[in-house]
Amino acid sequence: METSFLTFFLISLVKVIVVVVILLLSVAYTVLLERKLVGRIQNRWGPSRVGPFGLLQPLVDGAKLFLKEDLMPEAVHRPLYILAPVIALSCALLSIAMVPFGADVRWHGVDLFQISDVGIGLLIILGITSVGVYGIALSGWSSNNKYSLLGALRASAQVISYELALGLALIGVVLRAGSLSLRDIVNVQATHGLISWNFFGGFQFVAFFIYLMAAYAETNRSPFDLPEAESELTAGYHTEYSSMKFAMFFMAEYANMITVGCVATLLFFGGWTSPFGNLIPAVGGPIVQALLPVFWFVVKVFGFLFLYIWVRGTLPRFRYDQLMGFGWKFLVPVAIANIVVTSLWMGLRVPMQ
Amino acid sequence: MHLALFFIFGALCVAGALNLLLQRHPINSALSLIVVMSSLAVLYLLLGAEFLAAAQVIVYSGAIMVLFTFVIMLLNAGKEERTHGSKMAYVAGFPGAAILLGLLTFIFVSRRGSFGQARLGEYVVTTADLSRVLFKDLLLPFEVTSVLILIAILGAVALARKEH
Repeated sequence: METSFLTFFLISLVKVIVVVVILLLSVAYTVLLERKLVGRIQNRWGPSRVGPFGLLQPLVDGAKLFLKEDLMPEAVHRPLYILAPVIALSCALLSIAMVPFGADVRWHGVDLFQISDVGIGLLIILGITSVGVYGIALSGWSSNNKYSLLGALRASAQVISYELALGLALIGVVLRAGSLSLRDIVNVQATHGLISWNFFGGFQFVAFFIYLMAAYAETNRSPFDLPEAESELTAGYHTEYSSMKFAMFFMAEYANMITVGCVATLLFFGGWTSPFGNLIPAVGGPIVQALLPVFWFVVKVFGFLFLYIWVRGTLPRFRYDQLMGFGWKFLVPVAIANIVVTSLWMGLRVPMQ
Repeated sequence: MHLALFFIFGALCVAGALNLLLQRHPINSALSLIVVMSSLAVLYLLLGAEFLAAAQVIVYSGAIMVLFTFVIMLLNAGKEERTHGSKMAYVAGFPGAAILLGLLTFIFVSRRGSFGQARLGEYVVTTADLSRVLFKDLLLPFEVTSVLILIAILGAVALARKEH
């Protein structure tokens, strides 16, 4: 049955709205999770006053940020100062469009659990994240503040350096799948549950750890959070931002964390597939069968967010020269070695025609 | 649909290029160049070259232009100054550009028959096709080019290295 343009448009619109709302809600609750967990790691309670267990804290925080005065310093470069947080947030929200959240379930001929299935989905996510650095770079420059500028310079240098290791780490996975489509990459890992995931059965754990470290640097998160190292740079690139403009940077950071979690899940941990493979019998009706993969996906992404926060609470920050040395002298050579070994292994297993 | 997108992004590309020349602050020029690169990526996508479009965004908009803005920010370059050289560029540049444009138009119009065909939104080259051409038919030129780039990198390192 051919889908008419109107149904396609309406279903896509609903998908986009649902995904953006869920993403923003999870951003808000990731902030709460971070404050709670870091609190526990540091032997204190974290937010606990608003609502049961502090569960309403994100809503109150959002209201507070909306109601705050939006200061704009005199000497800023006005158009870029306003544009920078918009770039940061829109790039962070865009890349989620490529992520498939569940199995290929079609309704009226439209894929329900993915906004758009593009043949080069992985490359598009890389492209969007590489454009996202302009948000940080321009905010630092247009603020006309030394701390902001230093933070922005650090961020640009760091993101360019680690993008290389990140891209190289993904090649092993792409070689195994023979495709850049995220759906195909997951389908390769879907046969036997846990043991056919790229991390275990695919022997891509080296690539995974490189990806994880490079992605932490790419999202400017601890232990690579030099662009906003508060002991040296006040608040780094967003020193001069207040109210909703600051909130946009904040949301962009957490949305990027969630995207990294999604991509790591898809590439190395089998995406929406169950870790038990076919051991669990298919129970429930078609609706349960369609939603169960989404549940596995969410559990895995939650695991990555937990790891992010755990790392932040545990590891000290790198020094700047250590950061650059680590990226160029350790991660990049290991990633290249991983490509060589993976392609050799695949060449030996599948002899060339 | 494809034609409308082609005209929108073609116009954006030309507007970005004009803005690049007219702006007097280097960071604005650099940002216009990013607009040009990204709209070119969309044009590639419309012609069916999806890998090239993604590579354009990742390499040009994402890496090279970040370095441009990085350098502009690092040097804290202000507005450009008018010198005798820049006045000369006005006098010689406009006729030069007009001659070049006329020459290119003449060649394209007179040699129309000898160019290949490309239609908007029809011919999709997958990444697999592209890599098959690069790594089977054109393997030697491809590898030689990569060695050339490696030599350039080594040269840059040798030039930038401090003497001990």
